[in-house]
Amino acid sequence: MSVDMLLEVKNLCTYFRLSTTNPFGPSRTVYAVDDVSFEVRKGTTFGIVGESGCGKSTTAMSILRLIEPTAGSVNFDGQDVLGLGSAPLRKLRRRMQLIFQDPYSSLNPRATAGRIVGAPLRTHRMGTAQQQEARIAELFAKVGLRPEQQAAFPHQFSGGQRQRISIARALATDPDLIVCDEPVSALDVAIQAQILNLLMRLQRELGLTYLFISHDMGVVQHMCDEVVVLYLGKIVEQADRQSLFSHPLHPYTWSLLSAVPSIYSDEQGRNQRVKLLGDPPSPIDPPPGCRFAQRCPFASATSRCFTEMPPLRNIENHHRVACHRVSDDGVAPQDNVSN
Amino acid sequence: MNKKPVLQIEKLCVDFSTRKGSVRVLNHIDMSVNQDESLGVVGESGCGKSMTALAVMRLIPTPPGRISQGAVLLKGKNLLEFSETRMRDVRGNRISMIFQEPMTSLNPVFKIGMQISENIVRHQGKTKKEALEISVDMLRAVKIPGAARIIKRYPHELSGGMRQRVMIAMALSCRPDVLIADEPTTALDVTVQAQIFDLLREVQKETGTAIILITHDMGVIAENTQRVVVMYAGHKFEEGPVEEIIHNPRHPYTRGLIRCTPHLKKRPQAERRMLSEIPGIVPDLSRLDGLCPFRPRCPERQRVCDERMPLEILCGEDHLVTCWAAGEG
Repeated sequence: MSVDMLLEVKNLCTYFRLSTTNPFGPSRTVYAVDDVSFEVRKGTTFGIVGESGCGKSTTAMSILRLIEPTAGSVNFDGQDVLGLGSAPLRKLRRRMQLIFQDPYSSLNPRATAGRIVGAPLRTHRMGTAQQQEARIAELFAKVGLRPEQQAAFPHQFSGGQRQRISIARALATDPDLIVCDEPVSALDVAIQAQILNLLMRLQRELGLTYLFISHDMGVVQHMCDEVVVLYLGKIVEQADRQSLFSHPLHPYTWSLLSAVPSIYSDEQGRNQRVKLLGDPPSPIDPPPGCRFAQRCPFASATSRCFTEMPPLRNIENHHRVACHRVSDDGVAPQDNVSN
Repeated sequence: MNKKPVLQIEKLCVDFSTRKGSVRVLNHIDMSVNQDESLGVVGESGCGKSMTALAVMRLIPTPPGRISQGAVLLKGKNLLEFSETRMRDVRGNRISMIFQEPMTSLNPVFKIGMQISENIVRHQGKTKKEALEISVDMLRAVKIPGAARIIKRYPHELSGGMRQRVMIAMALSCRPDVLIADEPTTALDVTVQAQIFDLLREVQKETGTAIILITHDMGVIAENTQRVVVMYAGHKFEEGPVEEIIHNPRHPYTRGLIRCTPHLKKRPQAERRMLSEIPGIVPDLSRLDGLCPFRPRCPERQRVCDERMPLEILCGEDHLVTCWAAGEG
C-alpha cells in the first residue's frame, strides 16, 4: 500500500445466509458484496454509486465493521481492520465516522444538539469536560450553527440544520475518513447545495477523506474524484470522475447515465436514451455469468456473457471495467450506438 | 395555444387554521392545463405543490384547512360548487392522481385485480367480472408482463416500479381528463424512473389525458413537460414554456433553483467547484407579511420589495413572472 492511500479494500465479500422455511431445502445466500476491491487516496472523495440493493451501503458498513464481512481484507492507514480485536477497533473508529441519509432518525430526539455532538467525545473519553465543551462550541461554529442552538432538541431544527448536527458529530473525534451514506438525498435542492458546499469546504480545511455513497449521478459527478459503479454486489466499473462520465465503458454505467433526466439533454439526447427493461434482479443466488447480462442490450446468447463472470480489467489510466464486450483498447459496445 | 384548457385553477386560496392563527398555504394560484399537455409544477417542500393537487381533488382536510377563494374549473364546471356525492364521480374518474409512494397508496390486504376493478365498477357500472377483464387490459397497457397472473397478487409481492405501474393502470382505468402525478418516481431508481415516464408519455399520446406533474427535479421537468409553474411558499412565482423557464428564467428564485442543482454533464470540468447557494431556508408560512416571501433570501432585493408585493407580469410569450427585478430586463 502506497503512502498516500488511506484505505485499501481487497476482495471484500459480505454474504447473508437466508433462513429457509424448508429444513431440507437448499440454503439460499444473498451476495450483497461480492469480491469488491478498491483503494482510496488521502484527502479525496471516493464515490460508490448504483441502484437500490446493489450493495453500496453494505460495502461501507462492512469496511467500518458495523456489518461483519464474510471474507477479504480492509486496510486503514496501515492497520488491518478485519483482524482487530474489539478494544483496538474501538480506538480506530475515532478515525472513521459516519453520516446517514435521514437526519430525522439518526439523531436522538431526547438529547440536545450539544449533547448529540459531544457524544463521540464522551464515548471515546476525549478530553476533560471543559475541553469537550470548548470542542462542541468549535464544532458548532465549523458547521454553521449558532452557539445558542446547542440547547435545542432535534425537532426544533430544519432538515438541513439536522444534517449539520450529524456532520458536527462526525467531526467531533477529528476523523480521517467520513463515510457519507446518501447525505443529501432527503433534503430539498437548495439545502442540498448548502450541505454539499459545507462538506467540500470541510474537506479542504481539514484534509478529510470521504467515502461518498449516492444514487444521484449529478451529486456524485459534482463531489467525487473517483467513482466505482456497483451492480448486484459487484464492481462493474471504476474510473476517475472525468473518464467515467465522459466515456463510460460498461453498458450498465452507460444506460444508468443516460436514464438521468437532465436540463442539458435536448431532443437528440432523449432519442439516444437506452431503455433498460425490467428491474434489477435479486442478489439471492445470482445466475452464472455477468450479473447484468439479463438486462444488457449487448449481451448475446452465443457470447460468454451468460456463462462466464467477466473479470475486472484495467483498460487505461486506472479505468477498470468488468465486461466481456469491452475491447482491451477501450472500445465499448455502445460506442457505435451513441456516436 | 388555442386549445381550450381542460382544467383551470383560478385565484385559488387555501387557509389552514392553526394555533398561530389562520395561515395561508396557497395564495391566489392560477394555472391551467390543456388536453395532450403536461404541466410541470416545481418547488421545494412546503411550497404548496401537493396542496394545489389536493385542493383540485377537494381532498384538503376540513377543518383545519379550507378553500377560501377561487375556482377550479374542469371543462368549464366549477368543482368547488359540486356536492360531495358529485365530487365522488369526479375523483378517480375524470381526475385521477398517483402519489410518490405506491406501497402506501395501495391497500396491502386486497389483490391487485380487485383494487383496479373497484374503480371501474364504481364509475363505469360494469360487473365485477367485466371489470376484472378491463383490469387485465389496463395492466397490459402499462406493460406489466403476465398481467393475468398479476391481478391475483398482493401489492407486497411486486417491486416498486411494478407497483407504480399498477397505480398508473388504476388511475387511467376510467380514461380521466386529467392525471395528477405527485412526485411519481421519487422513490424509484433512475432506470425505472425512465421506464415510468416513457409509459406516461405513451399513454398521453394515445388518450390525450392532460398531466400535471409535481416534482422537485428540474431534469424531470425539462424532459417531461411542456409548460412549468414555479411555486414558493404558497405563491406562484413564474410560469412559462419549459425551454424559457430553464434557459431564460426571470425570477431570482427560479435562477437559484436551477443553479444550485448539480446537473449531470457529459463532460465534467476537471476541477471540483462549489455550487451556487440560495442562502437561508424557506420561510415559516405563519410569519409571511403580504410582501414577496422570497425577499429575505433574494440576491436581487430592492427597496420596492419591502414596500409592495409585485404583480404578475408578462415578460415574454406565455412567460409570466411575479418579481420587481424581472420587470427591467
